[in-house]
Formats: sequence, structure tokens, C-alpha cells
Amino acid sequence: MVASPTPNPAKPSASRETIDAIAGQGYDAGFFTDIEADAAPPGLDESIVRFISAKKNEPEWLLAWRLQAFALWQKMDEPRWAHVDYPPVDFQAISYYSAPKALTSKKLEDLDPEERAQYDELMRTYERLGVPVNERGKLAGNEIGVAVDAVFDSVSVITTFKENLTRAGVIFCSLSEAVREHPELVRKHLGSVVPATDNYYAALNAAVFSDGSFVYIPKGVRCPMELSTYFRINAKGTGQFERTLIVAEDQSYVSYLEGCTAPRRDENQLHAAVVELVAHDDAEIKYSTVQNWYPGDAEGKGGIYNFVTKRGLCKGRGSKISWTQVETGSAITWKYPSCILKGDDSIGEFYSVALSNRRQQADTGTKMIHLGRNTRSTIVSKGISAGHGLQTYRGQVRIAKAAEGARNYTACDSLLIGSTCTADTVPYIEVANATASVEHEASTSRISEEQLFYLMQRGLSQEDAVSMIVNGFCKDVFRVLPMEFAVEAQKLLDVSLEGSVG
Amino acid sequence: MLTIENLHVEVDGKAILKGLSLTVPAGEVHAIMGPNGSGKSTLSYVLAGKEGYVVTAGSIRIGDFDLLEMSVDERAQAGVFLAFQYPVEVPGVNNKVFLRHALNAKRKAAGQPELDAVSFIKLLNEKLALVGMSKELAGRELNSGYSGGEKKKNEILQMAMLDPKLAILDEIDSGLDIDALKAVAAGVNALRSPQRSMLLITHYQRLLDAIAPDHVHVLLDGRIVHAGGPELALELEERGYDWLRAA
Repeated sequence: MVASPTPNPAKPSASRETIDAIAGQGYDAGFFTDIEADAAPPGLDESIVRFISAKKNEPEWLLAWRLQAFALWQKMDEPRWAHVDYPPVDFQAISYYSAPKALTSKKLEDLDPEERAQYDELMRTYERLGVPVNERGKLAGNEIGVAVDAVFDSVSVITTFKENLTRAGVIFCSLSEAVREHPELVRKHLGSVVPATDNYYAALNAAVFSDGSFVYIPKGVRCPMELSTYFRINAKGTGQFERTLIVAEDQSYVSYLEGCTAPRRDENQLHAAVVELVAHDDAEIKYSTVQNWYPGDAEGKGGIYNFVTKRGLCKGRGSKISWTQVETGSAITWKYPSCILKGDDSIGEFYSVALSNRRQQADTGTKMIHLGRNTRSTIVSKGISAGHGLQTYRGQVRIAKAAEGARNYTACDSLLIGSTCTADTVPYIEVANATASVEHEASTSRISEEQLFYLMQRGLSQEDAVSMIVNGFCKDVFRVLPMEFAVEAQKLLDVSLEGSVG
Repeated sequence: MLTIENLHVEVDGKAILKGLSLTVPAGEVHAIMGPNGSGKSTLSYVLAGKEGYVVTAGSIRIGDFDLLEMSVDERAQAGVFLAFQYPVEVPGVNNKVFLRHALNAKRKAAGQPELDAVSFIKLLNEKLALVGMSKELAGRELNSGYSGGEKKKNEILQMAMLDPKLAILDEIDSGLDIDALKAVAAGVNALRSPQRSMLLITHYQRLLDAIAPDHVHVLLDGRIVHAGGPELALELEERGYDWLRAA
């Protein structure tokens, strides 16, 4: 620091000390919407599973499926192999269902004034978050409309552009509605990619899942607009257990986006979701996530436990599933969006930017399981650690015996900001076919004082300089995000990094 | 105009500059020469405001600005430009995007509106021609994979774009072959302006053949010990610095 002998203290510039300074509090989505909710009491037993199923008027087969999963879950142990540290979750302290009372079966015009006020408050939540829940909403700069399914705690509150989509033959609705309207489709695919037996949180989700989105793209249809689901945890003491199922028939295409936020709270909240994707012959599913759950404060108090199982099955020949994620939120992240490349010539992609600032811990990565011949996968992972953040990339590439000519390329880069954060890379590579080719590149770098000084000497503020370096680091991932999401992701990174330097 | 009075600077508790005074009027080019360890690079860093260079006495002013009260970015916005001896690589950051951000940060500080994309490209093309740099090079990642000569040219391009009041060129000739040196010098000469003070920090006379200074100062053991016209550089080339130590 340049210190002058005069009474004017020099302003600080980038230094080791200031780089090490703790993170700021820039979480814009941390507000709470005060509306009445219809909630289950805290605790989990068979009656809660039945309660949730009854709330949704589910058919008998689905209740049986839930109960089977619940029985299984009770016999399972919480996974502890991830490189994250947190006190045991008290599953009896969580409420497993919360729905805004304003959502009745009544039509909008039949609501009484008080119900109407509650409904309007709910919609304002999404407006405040910048989510277009009314159909006049075309996102600025985006000529194609984006259809939105908005999930608030345990239920879907609105799905837009349904009529336009129906005309194209696309089904986009809440999973609860799909169970009622398209039971045969749901029954056929639910749990087909992530069975309840898969892992502890997948079993829990199967037992108590509340809402999520269902997407069905018929054969030969290119979905005419981007589909998106916006997940909001609002009620105190609840967990969110949504489940999303996307099925793309032969030669179809869909691009789906999801966003997530939660209020700022001192206690931790659990989010244990399951996402299943099925791509048939020559179908393509592009799944993008901007995850901004409340990350907790600078001391690590509060924040979401994000324990999620996401998997795509490239079932058909020439099918393609692409995961793109920008993960800036959550106190603890345990998440490995994966692809099972079953169809010959199928393609799996994983592009990820994951940030751990403050006391955030993330153990995230992907699995690419090559079963079919000439299957290809690409993994580009960018991990950023700042503050006291802990970041582990964990990735598996498995080439089965039958996967003749399979290829994988992995590039795994870590960027450290300051000297109190940690980054690890844990790759698992299993190759059972000699014709396969697997490439793995990894790098770790640190934002240097020299880089900051250079950029600031050209007039950029310290925050702009950090943002520019970080955005440069993430370029390969932002480039594959849908345009409006890329802008959003950059802004989010900037906000999440606020205060990470000086 | 740059005015430095009785500047004392410490690095890691060690005195490097010990009462340096120097004035560079607008429109003039002054050269600072001196042996290794005399404090030349320290002078350039302390002018830019780099961390770790502790001013224990003295003042630095540019026009009405007291530089010691300003942070690195504020100084840059006010018109201090340092051409680095070793320009830093910033992977993934597009050079043009960076230039536009830097230019707009300066304009914003001056209360001017941001430059739109069309005007920016027009200005950029104008300056590219001035410094003799290709459009292709200007659009690459900032200093990443540039040759030594390309990096230095890019420094001169940035200077041309940012139009500083004070340009400090820290051993701009180091690591350049003759042709690259000529090209960089031509760019610098094109940027001489009645509004601009320039400070050339160098070891070698050869740079001063290409960029003729108005004055030459000898920096020795943290102080300016001697000053003269361009002919002083020739004398130093011939006699070295020892005769000045005795004096």
C-alpha cells in the first residue's frame, strides 16, 4: 500500500491482505414473500408421504412407488464421501410440503379480494426476481419468448405459453399436472434414469417429491421456444424436493433452463432434487442451470444444502445431452449432472462454472458413462474459489467394454482468488476398451496481484478487474449458454464475487 | 505537467528513492537513465501507485491532482499511463473488450458518456493505423501468446487509445529487435503531443536515437544527480556512470 506521510491516508489497492479480505453480502434474491401457506408439520414418516400424495390426488401406483422409495430410504445411510463438511441434517425438523394458500382450484376471476391479493403478491415475487411469469413478457433483447414454469416451495404456481406449446405438440407443465393428464408418459419414464435405489437423496426425493416440471417433445419436433423452470424456496423450515422429467422423442430438440433462489436465513435449508432426461434417436436436450440458492453469510451461517441428482440417458442412436451449469449459490453443493451414453454415436457434454466464496463448499462434477459405440463426451469444468471457499471437482469417465471407438475430452481448470480458499480435482477414469481415447487436462491458477495492477493501471476498478479476469476464465462455458442466460450468469458471478477482493 | 518534489520511497523497509525531484512539462519528453538498482523501476511503479511502494516523504502532482491521494485506478483515470516492461497476460479476456472497458472507465470518471460500439471501433482503427498494429492482433486475448514485440506494440496502442496526460515508458526497448524497436518508437513519436508529458526510462542510448528526448536525467542511488540535453545520453554511453558517482 502506498502510504503518504501527510494526514491523507492513501487509498488501498490490490494487496495480499486485501485479496484475503472476506466476502461481501451481495445476495439480491434474499427477500421473503409473506403469504399464507398450507404446510405439512415438520417431520417425516409414512403419513407425510401419504399426505403429500393425497394433496396431489395421486393415483394408487404413484403412492405405492413413493412408499417403496420411503421404505428403501429408511434403510440407507447418508453419503459422506464428498469433500464437504456439515453437521448431520435433522430430517425430522424439516417440513416436507408447503404450498401458497392463494393457489386454489378457482379461476383467477373467481378469487375473493383477499385471495386475489395473496395471488398478486406471489406473482410480484417472480417479477422482483426478474422471472417473466406473464405472457406479455418477452425477455429484453430476446425475440423468442421463453415459457416459464414457476415452482414456489412445493408447488408449481404458473406455467406460461402452454397454448403455444400445445399447438406444437409439446407438453410443458408441472409434474403434478402431468401425473393427472399424461399418466402413461409419466409412469413409463419416472425413475427410469434415476431410480429410487440410486442414492440416499434420490430415494428421499422419490418418497417426498413435491413438484417440478414435465417436458415431452414429440417425434420430429423442434421446441419453438426456450423452456424454463424457476425454483423458489420461500417458506421457513421447509425443504424443496422437486423432480423434473424431460423426454425427447426421435429427432426432437429442446433447450431447457432452470434458475433457483431462496431467502436469506440463518438456518440451513435442504434442497434435494432429481432431474431425469431421456433422449431418443437423434434427439437433443440442452439443459442449462443458473443456480443461485442462498449461499450463507461470511461466517458460513445459513444457506441451502443442495444435494441433487441429475442424469441424462442418451437412449437412442445419435442422441445428445448437454448440461451447462453456472453454480454460484448454496452453502453445500453435492451435484454431478451425468450422461449415460447408451445409444451408438451419442454425445454427452458438461460445461460448468462453479464458484465457492465465503464459507461455501462444493463437491461437483459429472459422470460420463460410455456404453455405446463411437460415443463422445466433452467435459469443461471451471472452478473458482474465493474467500474461505472449498471447491472440489469430482468427475468420472467410464468406457465400457462394448464402447468401441469412444472418446472423451476433459478440461478441468481451477482459479483461486486469495490465499484462504481451496480447490481440488478428483478425476476417476476407467477404460475397458482399448480403442477408446480419453484426454484429461487440468490447471490451477491464481489471480495475481500483477494482473490486477495491470488492469487497474488502465483505469478499471478493482471489482471490474476481478470480474474481467474471472469472466475470461469462464469464457468457454459462457459461450455455450443461451444468450440471455450468459448475461445473467456474468452478472451473478460479479455479484457473488463482490468483496472477494479488498 | 508532472512535478515530483523530494520524493522518498521505501520497499520492504529499504529506502530506494531518497529525495528525488523532477519536473516534466506538458509537451516534453524526458529520459531517465541510470544503472541497475538506481531506482528507475521504483519511480515508474510509485507514479502508478503500485502496492508495496511506500512513500515516506515528498509529493507527486500532475496539474491539480495530488497523486498520493489517489488509488491506482483513479490515477489511471486521471491520465497516468504506465507502459509495462513486462506486459501481463490475461487469458480469456479479449483485447478490444478490455480496451473499451478501460476507455469507458476513464470517460465515466471525466463525466463523459460511454463510447458506443461504432465510435469505439472507428477510434480503434484510427489508432491501430497510428501505431502500425494489425486488426487481428488487436482482437486476440490480452497479451496471451503475443511475442515480445507484439506486447510492446499493444502497450503503445493502449496509450494511444487512453490518451494520457503522463505516459511513463518503462524500458519499452527491452527485448526488442531493431525492427520492432523502430516500429514501437514510431508509435511513441506519433503520440508526442503538447498536452502530454512523457517519461522514458531506459538503460540504452539506442532508444534515445529513435525517440529524441528534450532532457536527460541521471538517476543514481535514489536521486537525480545530473541533468542535461540529449547529448548527455551520448556522454553516458561513452563514459558510464562512475564519473557521476564521484560528483
